[in-house]
Amino acid sequence: MDRIPILKFGNCLLVTIQVDMHDELALSLQEDLTAQIAKYGSRGVLIDISSLEIVDSFIGRMLANIAAMSRILDAQTVLTGMQPAVAITLVELGMVLPGIKTALNVERGMELLKDYLAQHEEPEESDGSEE
Amino acid sequence: MSVFQDVMKSNEGAILAGWMGELESSTRRSDLINDTDLRRQGEELLRLFTAATQLSSDVQSDAFASTREFLREIARSRMDQGFTAAETALFILALKQPIFTALKSSIKDSSDLIEEVWLSSNLLDKLAMLTVSSAVGFREQTILRQQEEMMELSTPVVTLWDGILALPLIGTLDSARTQVVMESLLTAIVETNSQVAIIDITGVPTVDTLVAQHLIKTITAARLMGADCYLSGIRPAIAQTIVHLGIDLVDVQTKAKLSDAFALALKRLGKVVTTIKQPVAKNKDA
Repeated sequence: MDRIPILKFGNCLLVTIQVDMHDELALSLQEDLTAQIAKYGSRGVLIDISSLEIVDSFIGRMLANIAAMSRILDAQTVLTGMQPAVAITLVELGMVLPGIKTALNVERGMELLKDYLAQHEEPEESDGSEE
Repeated sequence: MSVFQDVMKSNEGAILAGWMGELESSTRRSDLINDTDLRRQGEELLRLFTAATQLSSDVQSDAFASTREFLREIARSRMDQGFTAAETALFILALKQPIFTALKSSIKDSSDLIEEVWLSSNLLDKLAMLTVSSAVGFREQTILRQQEEMMELSTPVVTLWDGILALPLIGTLDSARTQVVMESLLTAIVETNSQVAIIDITGVPTVDTLVAQHLIKTITAARLMGADCYLSGIRPAIAQTIVHLGIDLVDVQTKAKLSDAFALALKRLGKVVTTIKQPVAKNKDA
């Protein structure tokens, strides 16, 4: 069975969805991704869906689930490159994906993730040095 | 039937004269069409009509094809000139009186006369109906075209700065228009690679729950794509309405003026606007 490749990039994981998502594929991605976050202790997950043209409520929920699971494993999810039609569909379905950060393209998404990680690691270090 | 055909053929000149006289007295609009044009149109129509009646009495038949085409042309030009649909119909219906007069002078037997009058009246009514329906059809086409144009005109997406888009909304928002607004904004965000979009509702007269719902949907969709969306141009009256209606705009960044929203957008992109020192003072000293 096909699986969506997950690339490790520093302390982040990179996923690009380039085929039509069907339900089984979505579930296996969910499993693989959580396993990888736990394995590498990743702090950020970037999912690029710029090639995704069709989305349904299941895929929408899956994206929200991935974000929630990553959150529990202490990794921030950034969703990039959503097509206008997909955005409209998700809004019409009432899925506003709270807790997911979004960016226009992978470049912006990486910047966002870097900024986020920098913000969330500095205080800990500074706290440590002060004490 | 043959009597009517003969009468039409032999009295063409008299009927035309009578028709023009009738138009003169009833529905003449000399401000919209001049005598020469009117007469030329009358002559042409009567010629086609007489020729057609010699072959058939059915308006939908092939014999009447050129008459129908000519009437459509007349309806179109009348609409362009500013005639009403009723005036255009009366142009045809005014033909009844002279034809009846001609029939009356040719047929002595009253039952035959009624028969022929009914036949010709029926024929003219159908032609008048045809004219009215094509006139209304042209008008509807115009309305449809204007609606489409208005739809396109009313949703311009403006680039304020590299990465900042503005969407000044003017006029009432309905579902169809919001759909166009949403699509054009989202497409523009992708095309221009913009990080911030400002929706300005200064020109929107009223905001009800439906409009607010549409705006929130648009803003959420933009957020899903990775762009920040601000709402500006909220007039005091509208702010009151929004609160009274219990619409939740907590998740939406709102500003009173477009300039405020623009300043916020610049800040979001890490840009600042500063006043540069004018070299005027120096010149004065020199």
